[in-house]
Amino acid sequence: MKWISLIPVFSVGALLLFAAKDFPEWGDPHSPASQSPVSSHFINNTGVDTEVPNMVTAVLADYRGFDTMFETVVVFIAGIAVLAILKGSGRRPRGRHRSYKLEAEPDLIVTYTVRLVVPVIQLFAFYVLAHGHVSPGGGFQGGVVMGASFILIALAWDLDHALVRMSLPRCMVIAAVGIIIYAGIGFLSMFMGGEFLDYAELERLLPVSREMARYYAILGVEIGVGFTVASIMFALYANLSSEGRLKGGL
Amino acid sequence: MGLELLNIFILLLLVATALAALRVRDLITAAAVFGVYSFLMCLLWAEMGAVDVAFTEATVGAGVSTVVLVATIFNLKRKSND
Repeated sequence: MKWISLIPVFSVGALLLFAAKDFPEWGDPHSPASQSPVSSHFINNTGVDTEVPNMVTAVLADYRGFDTMFETVVVFIAGIAVLAILKGSGRRPRGRHRSYKLEAEPDLIVTYTVRLVVPVIQLFAFYVLAHGHVSPGGGFQGGVVMGASFILIALAWDLDHALVRMSLPRCMVIAAVGIIIYAGIGFLSMFMGGEFLDYAELERLLPVSREMARYYAILGVEIGVGFTVASIMFALYANLSSEGRLKGGL
Repeated sequence: MGLELLNIFILLLLVATALAALRVRDLITAAAVFGVYSFLMCLLWAEMGAVDVAFTEATVGAGVSTVVLVATIFNLKRKSND
């Protein structure tokens, strides 16, 4: 049976390799993607429209801000779904789990290293979030790094230790606040007379030009994304590692 | 030429880690190998100039998703059946 299943695997693989031959050369200026008017529009106008040096961030949070907002909502829904499925499902202790659960003290070297490293990671998360305009990074990456720092605490000690700092209800509130920030900036620019997520209209609130209003609104939106992603990453880990019981280490 | 060689090296390693992740019996090891796979992908993205994608791959792919996989496997039995 296994050998028969190799036939579709190899035929589909061969088909994909055959199709890959039609790809344009890497970095080819005459490839369809480089020649489309859309990409040249972004390359020429991003700096003029938004004063954001990092084109990726400008496209992500401004030109296609509507997409990114619902991407954040998708992350939020994923967190809620895991919570809905797992929370309360693993209440009864099962023998299989108890058998290899070690009641050992957290390792001294590991906990001290984590104690030193976590502040650096969190500072780096803020840096990544705030510098999404000029360097690679932004809300998603900064949020993941921030969530990872809490996961690291949960790994080095146990889950309770991390949940004291970031309890699950707080996680969900922060995640919701992130989306509210994002949508709020969108609605705010709507009330200022533009369209939904048309940040340039925020110039009436901020003492800056239309371009810089977009610049700062992108930062605000990224902060919202960072909130949601960071808390959902930790909520996912907390639920998955303890089967929704939210107790003990791995 | 140097970059070309590096590319081929990374791509060969990618195939090796992909096969290893399939062949390995212990699921925790498979998760770790999968993290290596993600990190190699991250190197490829960075080398092609897609630094934002590389950053996301490094944090989400190699970092958090490996941890989430390990956390899930700890609550299952560790040995693969096939």
